[in-house]
Amino acid sequence: MMADGSRIAQQPGAQIPEVRVTPDKYLTARYAGASGDFNPIHIDEEFARAVGLPGRILHGLWTMAQVARAQTEAAGGPEHLKRLSVQFRGMGLPEQEVVVSGAVRETVDGRVVIDTIAEQAGKQIIRNAEAELEL
Amino acid sequence: MPVNTKAIGKTYEPVLYAVGREKIKEYARAVGETDPVYLDVQAARAAGYADVVAPPMFAVVYSAPSVGPPIFDPEIELNFAMMVHGAQEFEWGPLVVAGDEITTTASVKDISERDGRGYYVFESISTNQRGEQVCRGTWTNIVRGV
Repeated sequence: MMADGSRIAQQPGAQIPEVRVTPDKYLTARYAGASGDFNPIHIDEEFARAVGLPGRILHGLWTMAQVARAQTEAAGGPEHLKRLSVQFRGMGLPEQEVVVSGAVRETVDGRVVIDTIAEQAGKQIIRNAEAELEL
Repeated sequence: MPVNTKAIGKTYEPVLYAVGREKIKEYARAVGETDPVYLDVQAARAAGYADVVAPPMFAVVYSAPSVGPPIFDPEIELNFAMMVHGAQEFEWGPLVVAGDEITTTASVKDISERDGRGYYVFESISTNQRGEQVCRGTWTNIVRGV
């Protein structure tokens, strides 16, 4: 059974549609401006290398926003997403595809609980994430 | 050196954020949102909203400024240079739309130490101009080598 506008089958194990997005070279600069997070590890290649990173890294909260988008697109709008918790792991890099996937774990008190992750090059950069949707 | 836990429970001054239509659109584009309720005021009104809707993760924009003071509070002694963002949770109430005024109050939920790492957990509570809680954020920062 699917609710109106929703692309989520509510039985346990049902997958939500994947979100695939490749952040371009300048994404971190745009997200810094949009979010107000100007930490130089995200926007300054020299600074990032000087503190031991491979280069500029993605903002974890941008990647979390991709996880959120996967849920709201699957559910049919922003009003359905009631809770999202994530763990950040490792680091995301610009110009490499990010893949968000998820599957229904259970339905509790009318809320659908989704186990979801974000991966880049096969490595989880957001893990143990859990979303609650009201459909 | 053990982490300093005396600030647990401390609450900070509220931070007011006025939500602008163009800021929502800028944020929505930066995170790849395409739903017109975020981008087009006519579409938002046709869907029953007063103005363009903030994507749920726009909570970062209105609530993150409240978490700066605890991170840099000398009483907490958090070593910012060694800090990584370990985990994040948001729980949402009614949707935020352009024109809303959001007040966010941050507090120190927990400070602990495990395996040489400090765990600093801050909570932000955001309410709109009608007093409705629109978001509760839980920000877990991990400091290596405490």
